[in-house]
Amino acid sequence: MREVAASFENPVMLYSIGKDSSVMLHLAMKAFYPGKPPFPLMHVDTTWKFREMISFRDQTAARLGLKLIVHVNQDGVARGINPFDSGSALHTQVMKTEALKQALDLYGFDAAFGGARRDEEKSRAKERIFSFRTAAHAWDPKNQRPELWRTYNTRVNKGESIRVFPLSNWTELDIWQYVMVENIPIVPLYFAKVRPVVERDGTLIMVDDDRMKLRDGEVVENKLVRFRTLGCYPLTGAIESDAATLEAIVAEMLTARTSERQGRLIDSDEKASMERKKKEGYF
Amino acid sequence: MGTANLREFLAAQEKKSLLRFLTCGSVDDGKSTLIGRLLYDSKLLFEDHLAALKKDSKQHGTTGGDIDFALLVDGLEAEREQGITIDVAYRFFTTDKRKFIVADTPGHEQYTRNMATGASNSELAVILIDARKGVLVQTRRHAAICSLLGIRHVVLAVNKIDLMEFRQDVFDAIVADFKRFAEPLGFTSLVPIPISARFGDNVIARSDNTPWYDGVALLEHLETVDVDTALADQPFRLPVQWVNRPNLDFRGFSGTIAAGRVRVGDRIAVPKTGSVSAVARIVTMDGDLGEAVAGQAVTLTLADEVDISRGDVLAAAEARPDVSDQFAAHLIWMSEEPLLPGRPYLLKLGTNLVPAQVTDLKYKVDVNTLEHLAAKTMRLNEIGICNLSLSARIAFDPYCDGRDMGGFILIDRFSNATVAAGMIDFGLRRATNVHWQALDVNRDARAALKHQKPVVLWFTGLSGSGKSTIANIVEKRLHTEGRHTYILDGDNVRHGLNRDLGFTDADRVENIRRVAETAKLFVDAGLIVLVSFISPFKSERRMARELVGEGEFVEVFVDTPLEVCMARDVKGLYAKAKAGKIKNFTGIDSPYEAPEHPELTLTTAAGDPERQAERVLGFLRQGGYVA
Repeated sequence: MREVAASFENPVMLYSIGKDSSVMLHLAMKAFYPGKPPFPLMHVDTTWKFREMISFRDQTAARLGLKLIVHVNQDGVARGINPFDSGSALHTQVMKTEALKQALDLYGFDAAFGGARRDEEKSRAKERIFSFRTAAHAWDPKNQRPELWRTYNTRVNKGESIRVFPLSNWTELDIWQYVMVENIPIVPLYFAKVRPVVERDGTLIMVDDDRMKLRDGEVVENKLVRFRTLGCYPLTGAIESDAATLEAIVAEMLTARTSERQGRLIDSDEKASMERKKKEGYF
Repeated sequence: MGTANLREFLAAQEKKSLLRFLTCGSVDDGKSTLIGRLLYDSKLLFEDHLAALKKDSKQHGTTGGDIDFALLVDGLEAEREQGITIDVAYRFFTTDKRKFIVADTPGHEQYTRNMATGASNSELAVILIDARKGVLVQTRRHAAICSLLGIRHVVLAVNKIDLMEFRQDVFDAIVADFKRFAEPLGFTSLVPIPISARFGDNVIARSDNTPWYDGVALLEHLETVDVDTALADQPFRLPVQWVNRPNLDFRGFSGTIAAGRVRVGDRIAVPKTGSVSAVARIVTMDGDLGEAVAGQAVTLTLADEVDISRGDVLAAAEARPDVSDQFAAHLIWMSEEPLLPGRPYLLKLGTNLVPAQVTDLKYKVDVNTLEHLAAKTMRLNEIGICNLSLSARIAFDPYCDGRDMGGFILIDRFSNATVAAGMIDFGLRRATNVHWQALDVNRDARAALKHQKPVVLWFTGLSGSGKSTIANIVEKRLHTEGRHTYILDGDNVRHGLNRDLGFTDADRVENIRRVAETAKLFVDAGLIVLVSFISPFKSERRMARELVGEGEFVEVFVDTPLEVCMARDVKGLYAKAKAGKIKNFTGIDSPYEAPEHPELTLTTAAGDPERQAERVLGFLRQGGYVA
C-alpha cells in the first residue's frame, strides 16, 4: 500500500463495504499510522445495496476521518436498469463495471486498491497483486507483468492504470481470523438475525425495501439468517444460520462445505463469467 | 465447537508455519492434476466447486468421465481449450500441520518467465517428470531456474509411474539422470518420490503399488521439510518505502523489515550517505514495540535528524550492506524484445528505481548442460551473466544473502514492461581511466594566486583515531581564512578512485601510490591537501613522501591508543574484525608501524580534536605555508 502511495500520483481505495474491504481499510490505517492513508475511499453504488451497508459505509468514513467518494452511474439510473427487470448480467455490467470505469476516468485515478482474493474464483487465482489495465480498463491475462519477490513494477503511461490487490494471498478463513483478532468493525448483516426473506430460485433473498416485487406464490418469511458475502441485495443469497458472533461465524466457516461466492448470483450466469467480466473491466 | 476450543484452534492456526512451494515440469507432466489431487484428497474442496468440476470433467475432461483434477486449477478459458497452464495460479490449502501456498507454474517454454515468477516467492519446488519420458530439456531448465532464484529444496516427483507398471528400475534411472544434472545446482535437499497424481499413489499416503519405495509420501514431506532460512538472524535491513510525516513533530520511516531484527536503541546506518543514528521508537497502530523482526511492517523514528528518503535502506551500523553503482548479476530475460547492452532500462531493487544499463554481457548459460556460451544479446527465457552500471549508487546485499536486498527487475523505459529479473552476485570496483593533460601555467603561479604554499598534510593513525575529524576541522578553519584546500579521505577514495582495490598487501601499496599521486596533482594545483589514511606501513608512507617531495610533505601522526579506538568503534569495524568477519584489519590481525620521525604528533593528551587541529594550524603558520 505504501508502495502504491509512493509510486502513483492519484491512487484510490475501492471500498465495497464488505468484510474484505473492511480488512483492507484496516491495513491501510495501520500502514500509514500515525498518519492517515493519503488517498480517498470510493464506493461504486449500484443503488441496490443493503441499507445497512450504506449507513455502515458513511459511519466508517466519518469515524476514520477519510474522504469518501460515492459514484452512481446516473445514465444507468436514467435508463431504469435494475436487477429485477434487467437481469443480473446487465445490471452488473451497467451499474458496476461501467460505473467503475466512469468513476476512474472522471477522477483520473491511476491506481485502485481492491479487496479481491485469489482463493475466491479460478481466474482470480491468476491475477497479479499489481494488475495492469489498459487505458480502456481491459485486463489481458496472457500479457500480465511477471511479479517477482516483493518487487512490483508500478510504471504506467498516461491513461493506463493499475489495480492493486493487497489481500491476494488471503483466504476467507484468514479474513475472519483477522477480523476477530484485530476486532475490526463489519456490517451487521454478517451476523445472524431474524430478517424478512423470500425464497427465489433456490436462494434466500432479503426484502430490504419496497422496490422488491413479489412473484406469484412467494411469501415473505422471517428467518434467522446471515450473509457470507455482500453485494446488491436482490442478488445476494442469505444463509440460514444462528451465528450471531464472530466466534460462531468462524466456527461455522470451519465446517462449511460450500464456497462463499455460491451465494453470488452473478457468478453462475455463464461459465468463465468472472474472467469475461474482468476482461471488460469488472473489478 | 465451543468458544474456548475455537480460541485454541485459532491459536494453533497462527502458530502453523507457512510453506510456499511451486510445481513445475513439462507440458502434460500433470502439475495441475497433482494440485487438484492434493486439494481433493486433503478434503479441501467446497461442494459447489466439486459439483462444477464433475460437470466440467464430462465436458472437457481427458479422463474418460472420471474427475479431471486439472480442470479445477486451470482457470482461464484459453487454458481449458488448449489443455495447458499458461500463467501462474496460486492455490491455498491447510493441513493439521502447515499452511500452504502453491504456485502452479507453466510448463510451456513460452511461459518460463512465469515459472521464474512463481519460484521467486517459493521455498521449495516440486519438479514433475513424466515417468514415460524421463528428464527433458524443460526439466533441466526448470531445475536451473529454481536454483538460480535461490530455491534450495526440491522434490522430484516422478509422475505417471502407474503407466510404467510402477517399476523401480524406471524410477531409479530417472532419478540418477536428474541427479547427474542437478549436482552443480547446489540444492540442499533433493527428495525423489514416485507418484501417480491421477490415482493418488504416494501423494497423501504411501502406496501399496510401490512396495520398493521406502520414503515418505509427498504431502508428508511437504508438511515436515525444514526450509527455515533464519532470515531473522541476519543483519538488520529495512528498505524505506515511505517517509511518514503526518505533522511537524513526527518523522518516521516505514517499510517491511527485509532481514534481521531491530530493537529500540539499536544503532543504525544509512549506507548510501554514511549517516548513523539510533532507533528511538518502533511505531505501530497497536502501540510501540520494543523489538521487531524480519517480515514485520513497521515505522521507525530515529534519535537524530537524518536525511532519509524512499529508496534508502536502514541497516545495522555494525554490518552494513554494500553500496555501489556497478555490479555483476545473473539475468533472466523475460521480454520478446531482446536485451540490448548499453540501452538504458530502469532498475527496481527494493524501493529504489534508477536508470541502469548492461555494460558487459559476459556469457549466457545453456540450461541443458549449464555450459557458458558467448553472447551479444539475450532473448526471451535466456539466462545470462552480465555487469550493470547504474546512474546512482544503491545499497544491496548479494542475492544469496537475501532475496529482498539482492533481487531486482529491469523495466523498459518506453513500454514499462518488466523485461528481466536479476540477481546480484557482487558489487564491482573498477578503475577509472585517468589521462594526463599537459598544462602551461605552473605550480608556483597557481600557489601565488592563493597566497599559500602548497603542501600535503598526511594524517596517519589507527582506524577511529580521529584523523578525519581533525582533518575536517583543519580544513574548515583554513577555508574560512580563504585558503584553497582539499581532503582525500581513505574511505571515500576507496568508493571511487580505488574501488577496485582490496586489502591485500599489494592492493594497500597501490592504494597509497594512487593517493600520493593524486595528492601530488593537487599540490601541483597549488592546494593545501589533507590526506587522511590509516597508512600503517612505514614503507608506504616513505613512498608517498618521496613521490610528493621533501618540504611539501608533512607527516601528522594521530597517536590515539588502540584501546581508545576500539572503544569508540565509530564504524563498527573493530567488532567485525574481532569476529573474524574482516581480514587484515589494522591493529587486530595486521600491524600498525608508528612513524619514527613525524613532523607532528597529536596525542589525545593534547586535548579534544579542536585543540589538536589548532596545533596543526600553528605548525602551518610557523612553517610559512600560510601567512
